[in-house]
Amino acid sequence: MSLNAKDKSVVKAIWAKVSPKSAEIGAEALARMLTVYPQTKTYFSHWSDLSPESPQVRAHGATIMAAVGDAVGKMDDLAGGLISLSELHAFKLRVDPANFRILAHNIILVLAMLFPADFTAEVHVSVDKFLQNLALALSERYR
Amino acid sequence: MVEWTDKERSTVSAIWEKIDIDVIGPEALARVLIVYPWTERYFGTFGDIFSATAVLGNAKVAAHGKVVLKALDSAVKNMDNIKATYADLSRLHYEKLSVDPDNFKLLADCITIAVACKLKSALNPQAQATWQKFLSVVVDAMSSQYF
Repeated sequence: MSLNAKDKSVVKAIWAKVSPKSAEIGAEALARMLTVYPQTKTYFSHWSDLSPESPQVRAHGATIMAAVGDAVGKMDDLAGGLISLSELHAFKLRVDPANFRILAHNIILVLAMLFPADFTAEVHVSVDKFLQNLALALSERYR
Repeated sequence: MVEWTDKERSTVSAIWEKIDIDVIGPEALARVLIVYPWTERYFGTFGDIFSATAVLGNAKVAAHGKVVLKALDSAVKNMDNIKATYADLSRLHYEKLSVDPDNFKLLADCITIAVACKLKSALNPQAQATWQKFLSVVVDAMSSQYF
């Protein structure tokens, strides 16, 4: 399910629209992931506060979303562009890749909430494909 | 048996009250068909469902979306007995319709996204958690007669 030309242009267009709110989107998505899928909290046992309002959670969500935004510019070669992030997740963080899908769901949900008129079904499918390809690139160095 | 706190019960009812079945049903089913096109396999009699435009304009998709979402009402009204409530529907989906139960999760996700579009920040993280818990119980019930 690789990205075709239409997917790439749809993703670039929606990203141009939503990127001013990137930090908020990331913060919300991570906060919701931790609340709705408590098993994901196991990766953040070093933080004292894992509530949706936690400054650590919100800051980290913003960091993640900035990286997602960065990946929008690397859609022609996600695997190549994300090598060091993949190594980080594979060797240091060792996040089970199943969790990438969970975070993707929450990113999509927040995009739908904040941009209901723009997040049409056509945008939804291209963004879903992009996040899935992003997850694949992030898992590249796992084994 | 699934345990529900009073808060969870009232959250699910409150969300359900705010949802217009005639809008959310068609929207959720359309998203499933567009975002996960392999689900088209179950709707051979619906005519043209092979492009986003076709799906969004298809009257049978819209009608069936309403049917599907209306069926959620039984779960809202029988939260302590969801598994038994959906036993017959589960058997139908397995024996007659031959639906891969993985698709129930996809539909549940699309329903949640359609609800999020409508309720926006009123669907706060805790409400989202409760709503997704509710839908996952429904999904389990719908998968329960597959053996």
